Amino acid sequence: MTEKLIFEHSRATRTATAQMPSAAVDVSAIPEHLRRKDKPMLPEVSEMQAVRHYTRLSQKNFSIDTHFYPLGSCTMKYNPRACNSLAMLPEFLARHPFAPASHSQGFLSCMYDLQEILKEVTGMAGVSLTPMAGAQGEFAGVAMINAYHKARGDSARTEILVPDAAHGTNPATAVMLGCSVREIPTNADGDVDIEALKAAVGPQTAGIMLTNPSTLGVFERNIKKIAEIVHQAGGLLYYDGANLNAILGKVRPGDMGFDVIHMNLHKTFSTPHGGGGPGAGAVGVSKRLLPFMPIPVVGKEGDSYRWLDENDLPQSIGRLSAFMGNAGVLLRAYIYARLLGREGMHRVAEFATLNANYLQARLSEKGFDLAFPKRRASHEFIITLKRQKKEIELTATDVAKRLLDYGFHAPTIYFPLLVPECLLIEPTETEDKETLDSFIEALCAIYEEAKKDVAYVKGAPYTMPVRRLDDVRAVRQLDVRWNQPAQTHG
Amino acid sequence: MPFIPHTETDVRDMLAAIGAKKIDDLFDEIPLELRSGKLDKIPEGLPEMEVAAILSERAHLDAVGLNFIGAGAYEHHIPAAVWQITTRGEFYSAYTPYQAEASQGTLQVLYEFQSMMTALTGMDVSNASMYDGASALGEALLMAVRSNKQNDSGRILMPKTVHPFYKEVVTSTTHAQGLRQIELAYCPKEGKTLLESLKEHEGQGITAVVIQQPNFFGTLEDVDAITDWAHAQGALVVAVVNPTSLALLKPPSQWGAKGADIVCGEGQPLGAPLASGGPYFGFLTTKMEFVRQMPGRIVGRTLDLDGKPGFSLTLQAREQHIRRSKATSNICTNQGLLVTAATIYMSLVGPEGLARVASASIANTGKLVAALAAVPGVSVAFSGARFHEAVIKLPESAAEVLPKLAALGILGGFDLSRHYPELGNAVLVCATETKTDTQIKRYAEALKQVLA
Repeated sequence: MTEKLIFEHSRATRTATAQMPSAAVDVSAIPEHLRRKDKPMLPEVSEMQAVRHYTRLSQKNFSIDTHFYPLGSCTMKYNPRACNSLAMLPEFLARHPFAPASHSQGFLSCMYDLQEILKEVTGMAGVSLTPMAGAQGEFAGVAMINAYHKARGDSARTEILVPDAAHGTNPATAVMLGCSVREIPTNADGDVDIEALKAAVGPQTAGIMLTNPSTLGVFERNIKKIAEIVHQAGGLLYYDGANLNAILGKVRPGDMGFDVIHMNLHKTFSTPHGGGGPGAGAVGVSKRLLPFMPIPVVGKEGDSYRWLDENDLPQSIGRLSAFMGNAGVLLRAYIYARLLGREGMHRVAEFATLNANYLQARLSEKGFDLAFPKRRASHEFIITLKRQKKEIELTATDVAKRLLDYGFHAPTIYFPLLVPECLLIEPTETEDKETLDSFIEALCAIYEEAKKDVAYVKGAPYTMPVRRLDDVRAVRQLDVRWNQPAQTHG
Repeated sequence: MPFIPHTETDVRDMLAAIGAKKIDDLFDEIPLELRSGKLDKIPEGLPEMEVAAILSERAHLDAVGLNFIGAGAYEHHIPAAVWQITTRGEFYSAYTPYQAEASQGTLQVLYEFQSMMTALTGMDVSNASMYDGASALGEALLMAVRSNKQNDSGRILMPKTVHPFYKEVVTSTTHAQGLRQIELAYCPKEGKTLLESLKEHEGQGITAVVIQQPNFFGTLEDVDAITDWAHAQGALVVAVVNPTSLALLKPPSQWGAKGADIVCGEGQPLGAPLASGGPYFGFLTTKMEFVRQMPGRIVGRTLDLDGKPGFSLTLQAREQHIRRSKATSNICTNQGLLVTAATIYMSLVGPEGLARVASASIANTGKLVAALAAVPGVSVAFSGARFHEAVIKLPESAAEVLPKLAALGILGGFDLSRHYPELGNAVLVCATETKTDTQIKRYAEALKQVLA
């Protein structure tokens, strides 16, 4: 099952001849002292060797196209193939980011339309598409909050409030923007502790970062109250759009009182996750934050479109990428939005929620413990194996690894940090009932296996290309690049 | 229903299992006054065929004849196999390899990518990518502040020859943490950083010196002298490099006596199409001594329970999901799919192919510069040795000339007047290996016609 490294297929002077210019290398234009003396250790393989190698590697992956992938908080729904093929039309691929507006009306019109669709579906006054991932969207959001306070001459507001259930990116982002972070506790039902929030706000409060539904898989019922408390204290509300799929077409962050939001288009708008990106983290703002949006933004004058830059938005927080962010990802999101349309968007949250609540109800009935048994699931929910761990030493990792043998990608495990031995399960709206039923059967079967012989489950997986990996060794004996044995280098 | 498989029977059975009457009941925890309206401004959904027609029509509007713009995004030939394999569903629709055993394909690709980037740059360790070249420079400078215990003032020497939008991104992404950029002047004759401009910064506790090689003008910098000066000052050297150029240019690890400390850049030339500026990917490599200050994902090779080699994410104690507010960066999702394309690209072209791409690009830009300079009134701005870009000066404003060229089907270059007004009517031009002699001649003739 082991696939050699591409370097191990390499033989000196072997080439994929069709893939290189025919002219021989001429370095005479480069001054002697700036020339490279050694040959960089890139593979020397034939075209077919490369194709076979990477095709074989692809087959070692679980993916949405091949497996149910209920990774909580990641919204692993089907990525329509049309979004890819249309975003890869040759003219779109050939367009240089600095092509003049006269040769960009097609692309710009798609971006403008996407901005308008996102404004409508989130209830915000303006949208900038440039942030390249959720974390960069968060960065843009907090930067705008800071810029807003600063523009009003209020320099004391340097503290960002973050619920203890938040994604790690929230506090990390706040710190990157020079803010301090204060955590707000969550109560037993999964809502923000209102009394603790009241005690925390003050003249130092820049804002609060909230995910709703929260990472606990439940809708924050006191959102209006939270908005009122933070706004009255002079702070702003930031909406982390990680879980937007749960409310798309049902509730708009703008209507909940949020001042700034980011949307993970690679989740809610179904652009591919690509083995870890690219994402797109478009930001939306309320009216008072419009002047601070990151540039460039697409504007429309009459029938023509153009970039708006620092001349149009002199108070902007600036550029976050050399060009305009992950343009091709944005095109895919736009195509998805046109395929879904208004009605399709209403259905996203409905069926994502139906699937999550169905799984939650059936698993509870089969004897699994829910983290929040009194609550509705949103588009995801949490099972805790605290009891199983105590009784038979079965952990969340064990179940996750054994699920792989049953042909399912594991849910998110050990997040959120507040719930012990947790599985955060997000089925998404694109999964059929039969798949959900087989997933339930698999979980029940694993539980039965564990009751009989927990050691066997702890040895899983058995059918993957590798068994459990030694992560401690990976850190202690760091091996992060291939070294060619026989050749000295550098 | 587009992309939703449920039949009416399914819905009925599922609601019964939940104990709800209708789907809407599942939202009963959301206050009624918050429920959204009809979303009238969003168009109705369309079948794939109709969406395809709309997108094709729009794409046609952007069709161009010939592109001679570079300025950080370069048109190179991309072997057909690169994107055919990259868009296989197993790569395209997987996510961050949190379950290593079920993600060995992606993890091995990332390990091979790290190996290739360390080979090209000559450094010890690479991460699994940043968003793009500009944001990678911002992260590299934040990393330099954390790494340089001797000088952590946050004062950065930034040559004026660095990509102007990279400098803007550095400002947006690092200003709040106290980083300050101090500009270094360039030689108006040669188009590279003036070594004399370094002197006034001696003894100032500079944290890092940025060197872009080749620089924004396409000119080659005196990397050895600047690197040695920086190290003598206790500053770190942050290199911004074009990966294609490294097939022919000395790797940053060999700059000066001790080599650059952190290397970053834009990975787009390695197999990513121009595509309106993204998605591309940034890369970041460094010396082993700074690995724990590195942002982003890193893949390591280890052993499984049976002693068989395998790959997993490693050194995660640097990252936001573990360290939260004490993480090296907030980066989470990066540019995995583009890294997959780049790894396949580098495997297909190999060291010889990459060197030929670089060499042919230098040669074509040389031909382009000669052809354009032969047009009356046009001249070359700088005499310094260059890679595959050059600055030409026009007798009229670029804002007048470039649209006229575009009307003739030629995207003639990047107008420098806004960022470098001192250069007058200057345009940055580029001809990669994709341009033929005939196409270069066409540009020169069109320019002659426009200026006549």
